[in-house]
Amino acid sequence: MADASIIPAGITGMFDLLSPVAPGWGANLLRGLVRSLQIAFGAFGMGLIIGTFGSYAKLYGGPIARDLAAIYTTLVRAIPELVMIILLYYAGTDLINRILEGMGYQRVDISGLVAGIVVLGFVQGAYATEVLRGAIKAIPQGEIEAARAYGMSPVLMMRRITLPAMLPHALPGLANLWLISTKDTALLAVVGFSELTLETRQAAGTTKAYMTFYLAAGALYLFVTLFSSVILESVEKRARRGMPSVKEAR
Amino acid sequence: MSNVLGETEIEVPIETFPIHKEKDASSLASKLPPHRIVLILIGLALVASAALFMRWDWLPQYGGLILQGLWRTIWILVVTVVLGFLLAVPLGLAQASGPAFLAIPARAFCTVIRGTPLLVQLWLLYYGLGSLFPQYPWIRGSELWPYLRQAWPYAVLALTLSYAGYEGEVMRGAFAGVPKGQLESARAFGMPRFTIFRRIWLPQAIHRALPTLAGEAVLQLKSTPLVATITVVDLYSVASRVRQDTFLTYEPLLLLAAGYLVITGIIVMLFRRVERLIPSKLG
Amino acid sequence: MKSFLKTTAAVVVLVVAGLGAANAEQVKVGIAAEPYPPFAAPDASGKWQGWEIDIAMAMCEAAKLDCVITPVSWDGIIPALTTKKIDIIAASMSITAEREKTIDFSDKYYNTPTLILGSKEEKMDATPEGLKGKILGVQVSTVHQAYAKKHFADTAAEIKEYQTQDEANQDLAAGRIDATQADGLALETFAATPEGKACCDIKGKVADDLEILGPGVGVGIRKGDTAMKEKFNAAIKEIRANGKYDEISKKYFTIDMYGG
Repeated sequence: MADASIIPAGITGMFDLLSPVAPGWGANLLRGLVRSLQIAFGAFGMGLIIGTFGSYAKLYGGPIARDLAAIYTTLVRAIPELVMIILLYYAGTDLINRILEGMGYQRVDISGLVAGIVVLGFVQGAYATEVLRGAIKAIPQGEIEAARAYGMSPVLMMRRITLPAMLPHALPGLANLWLISTKDTALLAVVGFSELTLETRQAAGTTKAYMTFYLAAGALYLFVTLFSSVILESVEKRARRGMPSVKEAR
Repeated sequence: MSNVLGETEIEVPIETFPIHKEKDASSLASKLPPHRIVLILIGLALVASAALFMRWDWLPQYGGLILQGLWRTIWILVVTVVLGFLLAVPLGLAQASGPAFLAIPARAFCTVIRGTPLLVQLWLLYYGLGSLFPQYPWIRGSELWPYLRQAWPYAVLALTLSYAGYEGEVMRGAFAGVPKGQLESARAFGMPRFTIFRRIWLPQAIHRALPTLAGEAVLQLKSTPLVATITVVDLYSVASRVRQDTFLTYEPLLLLAAGYLVITGIIVMLFRRVERLIPSKLG
Repeated sequence: MKSFLKTTAAVVVLVVAGLGAANAEQVKVGIAAEPYPPFAAPDASGKWQGWEIDIAMAMCEAAKLDCVITPVSWDGIIPALTTKKIDIIAASMSITAEREKTIDFSDKYYNTPTLILGSKEEKMDATPEGLKGKILGVQVSTVHQAYAKKHFADTAAEIKEYQTQDEANQDLAAGRIDATQADGLALETFAATPEGKACCDIKGKVADDLEILGPGVGVGIRKGDTAMKEKFNAAIKEIRANGKYDEISKKYFTIDMYGG
């Protein structure tokens, strides 16, 4: 990796630049990484919440709720994330404030972090809706009928039966969504939110060591992906314990 | 460990636009219950109010530019999907049944591409490689220089590699999923290895991968606006220019979103056609 | 299951906390999130520094405002102002008639010549004929883009648009463009760096066009926010009068920043 020829002339060494102490820019990248992870985590969580409601709307909702959920998932999945992000980042926060002002409340200052989480969460929600819907449909329907027959309330049924039973089916899709979430945070660089990619761009622009910093950022993202994959796989194994393996089932 | 990425993702692929065979043609009435008519009317009202109350006077002035951007977006999409798929076949084959010295690099390539954001890959290729040019004066003297100094080759390269990375993973699963018996019986007939690949293995693998192809193509379309960040003038960058020239916040973005919706619709429809041409039962 | 509920709770708390953290008293000074040395660039500790940052903070101090630097993407900086993501713009934005349709400006706080920086190997000058057949790079939504479009579009081979001036400089050094047009001080600063010295030299000053280039750089203010405008006009006068302006400028430049 540290091939001498990729270090631009006039730069003493890429490790000096990447050092986490002041003259190096390592601390900036790490700070950006933390911000990226915060957003990815928040967006993923928000996506789960939206996805739960969305999948319920699609499966059990009335005709209007079902159609609205379908419109939401179709639109979000057809429009590029970058366009969605810019649309929601500028127009969305403005709209919320106009509504708040219209209702007589004081306008709120929506921080970049919250805006980023909401925007990416909105996008994630559409995919999560599909993943969870598929997972709920994979539950043996007898279990749900039995719960109904026992007179369980919908909330109790969701908590005790639906969510735990669908989890093993949903996990591979959700794991994939988490990985998408971490990578999509990079798009916030385009609206000027200082996460890992923008910090990298700033460091690269200031030091002119473009190759070094983009390689370093790539390595950080890759590390996050690989690390999460290992964790997700063990979580999945745990959730699937007692179930026939997918491969055998084929 | 090395296959953690693939295993979690391949088993339940997220189909952006799953293609289902149409159920028997339902009557118009069952497709249009009253609530749906109301929803359609609300939608039309929204579109009409957007057309009436928002500013669209810039449209004629930018019409030519918008068409140019649209053309560039579609061109990049088609070229990178085709090239990416051609690259994905060997990548998938190498992972499914290649020797270790081919399988490991192929798997590493897919992991790296899928593990890092496309935006970082794009900027690494464009600005990272660009920053190396001044060190090697012979590059500027070479015949390739007229291409290297433009932005689109980098855009095409980055998007092609990205598509190959994702689709390579799909093809790996598709190649591995072709029943072994088919290959064995082909061998028993004395077919040469390349003929087996051409006649038996590849067609069945593509057939298996087909439902994900439409979704991957839509994902690829959704990645194309990133090329605007390296000075390629695509549909997205035309909209940004309108935004900057006119200082309008909403209108260009709404038009842009509508444009991508239409392209997505066309992609899904085309793939549905292709899928229909191919018999769904092999045998 | 439990972890799912916990995640949910954590997100809700996070969102609510973020919304609750609204602080109406602070004035958010919008700057471009891309480095623009020597006016504004982050240092290795992530703190924004430069002449313009110092001047903006001095103006805020004179106007007795509690200011906080808020980086936003340059190409979205005017929407950010109109949608109240930021309260003022201090990002080397020239006062132009076109922009004044959408936002207001304070009086100018600096004015420097517009220069063309070009590749050493190419012969050219800062006139339409001098740039014949050349590829010119400009930063999007700047006066330089508007100027290049009006004066050089007919003769130049291509006008490439960059998100940041920094990237245009980088592509000039990489040889992908032949020249770039930008603010003189920013270009001279780049030309003095090792990369800049190796690749390029200043080709000259472009002919004046007051209608496009404007009278100078002012603080961008939301339309109708006259109180803010008056505060900054007074602040600019004050720091010019009490020597603060010259004191800051001396730290970065040798020439007169305010211009004639």
